[in-house]
Amino acid sequence: MAALTGRALIAARCAKFFKNGDFVNLGIGVPLMCVNYLPEGVDLWLEAEIGTVGSGASPKWEDADVDCIDAGGQPATVIKGGSVYDHETSFAFIRGGHINATVLGTLQVDQEGNIANWTIPGKLVTGMGGAMDLCAGVKKIVVATDHCEKSGQSKILKKCTLPLTGAKCVTDIVTERCYFEVTPEGLVLRELAPGYTVEDIKACTEADFTVPEHVGVME
Amino acid sequence: MLSKVVTKEEALAKIHDGQTIMFGDWHGELAADEIIGGMIEKGVKDITAIAVSGGMPDQGVGRLIVEKRVNKLLTTHIGLNPVARDQMFAGDLEVEFIPQGTFAERIRCGGAGLGGCLTPTGVGTDIEKGKQKLTINGKEYLLELPLHADVALLKATKADTAGNLYFRMNSRATNSTMAYAADVVIVEVEELVEVGELGPEEIDIPAPIVDMVYVKTGEKRAFCPMWKRAMAKAAAKAKAKAEGGKK
Repeated sequence: MAALTGRALIAARCAKFFKNGDFVNLGIGVPLMCVNYLPEGVDLWLEAEIGTVGSGASPKWEDADVDCIDAGGQPATVIKGGSVYDHETSFAFIRGGHINATVLGTLQVDQEGNIANWTIPGKLVTGMGGAMDLCAGVKKIVVATDHCEKSGQSKILKKCTLPLTGAKCVTDIVTERCYFEVTPEGLVLRELAPGYTVEDIKACTEADFTVPEHVGVME
Repeated sequence: MLSKVVTKEEALAKIHDGQTIMFGDWHGELAADEIIGGMIEKGVKDITAIAVSGGMPDQGVGRLIVEKRVNKLLTTHIGLNPVARDQMFAGDLEVEFIPQGTFAERIRCGGAGLGGCLTPTGVGTDIEKGKQKLTINGKEYLLELPLHADVALLKATKADTAGNLYFRMNSRATNSTMAYAADVVIVEVEELVEVGELGPEEIDIPAPIVDMVYVKTGEKRAFCPMWKRAMAKAAAKAKAKAEGGKK
């Protein structure tokens, strides 16, 4: 199999954070791609904000059920053993510390673990949906993001400039170029994607980070 | 037993200009479509709407937003309704964004007789502004106040004539939370059954909570407009691919 790159590499790396039986919430886009790269023997309970525990694969249109939908209103399925709840119970799972991990996309993330992904005032105003509750209630918060904007500007900053979704909550940052762990002392470069050097990451990252003696290969 | 079954006109007689109305749908899916249509025809306006999202331009509360019947929207997300966004930027629609778990819990408080809840959600963000912050056992929480409405406009899979409700799969959406948080609870249902047909364990919302049951007359369990569009697009793509393959 050819080595993974780009967003597929991000999803595959994030998938390695999960243990068999974990209860997780995955955002739309790259985070949800994680389910395609789960290590052998790892099955998850996927939570959806509408109140599903055990979301399954998207159905074919001929199998779509108008009463079975995902957080975005698209046709969904529930796996064997899965179940459905009301809205406040769904968020009791999230805020109550019952979800083991979440993977979120972002606009900005910083070296203190702050995340800003819900608005660009005056430009992008969609609303925060359930993201702030995930930031408040989930212990392992993995940010899966392109390392830079299309303009080349780093998305990993010293300090977020956009309104925050969550304060000091991010535990891990995975990009197509590297994986940082967020520690109380700041970012630590844990792994480099194939083809990238520490100098490459320094050149494209605004945030400060430390480089331990051993830096692994991201895969 | 007292029957809660009403006509659309009887339901609409409870819905007036200027009311605060909760909509129990999910992005306009699983919505009380026929009563919302009736509100548009009747000309109901100046609504304060409480809904998990702004729906879509042709779905749920989104239809009322497009018709400029909504002055204020309390919601968690409007990303699927560009008309709501445009009205907000133009100053025609006031939008209060609420984190989704806080949204659910404020409504629960409104229906459960609670004066509010303490949540960690939003601590350290702009959501804090204007709210009391309390420290409990060393952790910071925001005091979030209850939400209550004049009318809750809900959709259920089944009701019996007494007003007991059953929601299939995800169709409870935000409906079941909102059922407790309004003065008048109006429910549009796919199917009406006799009292006794829904067993005690099948009843999600009990009859005393519900004021009116309206049985929809149009197509049952219809795909929402978004699904119809997406399905047509997928079919067109498959057709183009098949034709391309023949060349």
